[in-house]
Amino acid sequence: MKIAVRFHSVCRYFGEVRAVDNLTFEVADGEFFSMLGPSGSGKTTCLRLLAGFDQPTSGHIEIHGKTSEGVPPYERDVNTVFQDYALFPHMNVIDNVAYGLMVKGVRRATRLARADEMLSLVKLGDLGARRPAQLSGGQRQRVALARALINEPRVLLLDEPLGALDLKLRQDMQIELKRLQRNLGITFIYVTHDQEEALSMSDRLAVFNQGRIEQIGTPREIYRTPGTRFVANFVGLSNLIPAEWAQRLAGFHADCSLRPERIRLMVPEEQPREGEIVLGGTVVDVRFHGADTLHEVELKNGQTLIVVTKSSEDAGPQEARVGMRVHACWSKSDMHPLGNIN
Amino acid sequence: MSIGAGPSGGALIRKQVSNLLYAHPRLFLTLLLGPPLLWLGVVYLGSLFALLLQSFFSIDEFTGLVRREFTLSTYAELFQPANLDIIVRTVSMATAVTLAAAVIAFPIAYFMARYARGRLKAFMYLAVMLPLWSSYLVRVYSWKLILAKEGILSWVVDKLHLNWLLDAILSISVIGGPSLSISYTGMFLVFLYIWLPFMILPIQAALERVPANLMEASADLGARPRQTFRKVILPLAFPGAVAGSIFTFSLTLGDYIIPQIVGSSRLFIGQAVFIHQGTAGNIPLAAAFTVVPIIIMGIYLTIAKRLGAFDAL
Repeated sequence: MKIAVRFHSVCRYFGEVRAVDNLTFEVADGEFFSMLGPSGSGKTTCLRLLAGFDQPTSGHIEIHGKTSEGVPPYERDVNTVFQDYALFPHMNVIDNVAYGLMVKGVRRATRLARADEMLSLVKLGDLGARRPAQLSGGQRQRVALARALINEPRVLLLDEPLGALDLKLRQDMQIELKRLQRNLGITFIYVTHDQEEALSMSDRLAVFNQGRIEQIGTPREIYRTPGTRFVANFVGLSNLIPAEWAQRLAGFHADCSLRPERIRLMVPEEQPREGEIVLGGTVVDVRFHGADTLHEVELKNGQTLIVVTKSSEDAGPQEARVGMRVHACWSKSDMHPLGNIN
Repeated sequence: MSIGAGPSGGALIRKQVSNLLYAHPRLFLTLLLGPPLLWLGVVYLGSLFALLLQSFFSIDEFTGLVRREFTLSTYAELFQPANLDIIVRTVSMATAVTLAAAVIAFPIAYFMARYARGRLKAFMYLAVMLPLWSSYLVRVYSWKLILAKEGILSWVVDKLHLNWLLDAILSISVIGGPSLSISYTGMFLVFLYIWLPFMILPIQAALERVPANLMEASADLGARPRQTFRKVILPLAFPGAVAGSIFTFSLTLGDYIIPQIVGSSRLFIGQAVFIHQGTAGNIPLAAAFTVVPIIIMGIYLTIAKRLGAFDAL
């Protein structure tokens, strides 16, 4: 596996604030790698360190095997799609896209032809003469993408590129970005705070919290076996089973996470499956979410479990209702003990 | 009025007026804009029109009275060599002052907009504005003292053993003179000093509006700092520089005090207007002279618009 980007013990402090706190990780060549985390978790700082807008306080960063220490942004083989696009307001779309070639001294005719190609790649072929101010948010986003890709970077950095778009457009762009990345075969490093986006697009993702990486892995690994309490709560919904309880039920010596859709609800008369853990409780809330239905079940010890089931066709007798006494069952293998980072 | 029987008379009227204005936004707008539009339309544009009208009259050579008949002869008078000299002299000075002000103001404005923060920024603002708090006349006379032959500048030059340099500058035919205080160089320095704040502030405001990430985007795409400056910062600061130059250029075109205090006996447009409407009593020619800066500014703004200076507005 070729390494595109390597962080080695990278720290970035702003005064007392540890924006990036001793990070070591690698991103493979051609990978779609997401940095997921709440705002202020250090993901954007990492991106800025990579782009060269900021320097690490300590540690070092390698891009394609070369140290990036002292290398200014304009000499790095990476390009950035900015969160608010950062299009040049005094240039029209085609000149914006061709900017990277212009500063390299490429002849005007050549660079405009190339910019045209890039614009058709992002499906904006006929808007070259417009000014950025005349475009919609989604169109600006595409121009920013085309502009960043024209230099054929080996690594593309994307800083919450879809953050300002509405839901439908965002979903369309997610599919398009993913397709683009597969076709071009370049490394995408994608910063987002949207866990669904990170799960659906990434080959691997890193979950950031307070300047550190809580967990790094494929979307499936992160979702199925969250390593820490933070990851279990930030990525998807999760039930936290306290350690003493987890020990009694399944012999684990740590807090455990249990995904709500791994729990079955059944009427008390029904027989559980072989080896299942069964706890009795009362349904206190039912919320319909379209494809899924979310139930809150209060157990006898006062603890609440969240249970998500596929919504059934119609409200039959087996449909759980508020006030109903139920048994919640799950298998031991669905419980994942959580660690703490350091 | 009895208490508790609903709103009092005054309150009722106020309520009705509010409702009326709320229901008729156009009426509200008219009330709001009426007084300033009257001022602008009647007092300001009206007097400008009266001035223009005067310039199409002429003066009777014998009686010295204004002949109120339409004629272009007063404008023709402007093209006499002596008057044309005045115009060329004034426009050259205004151009030189404007260019120099832009060059000097830019780094200051850039520092204020990009680097200065908190107290330093407040201090910079204060330093730029402070000269405007004191009288214009006092400042010009102070400069006369600074530039005079026995003034502080000559003294400093003397101490630095740079007399040869000052003499060399003063011996240059047009811009030199017997001393700095009676030369075009001295006048240029004073104009530059007096109008500089009017150039710094608009450029600073323009630079302030340029998002920092545009510079990052430029560097990210491979532009070296010099290229980022030429292709991103300068074009975006240009409208500010044009706004500033409108001030420096037009103020220099119209000023009559500085040329009178610091400078030779050669006239500038402002002085010509002053003399013709005053001692000479030739109001039509004074009016015609006044039209010159208006036309020059019109041409200047048209060129600036062509260059795209107002695209970002």
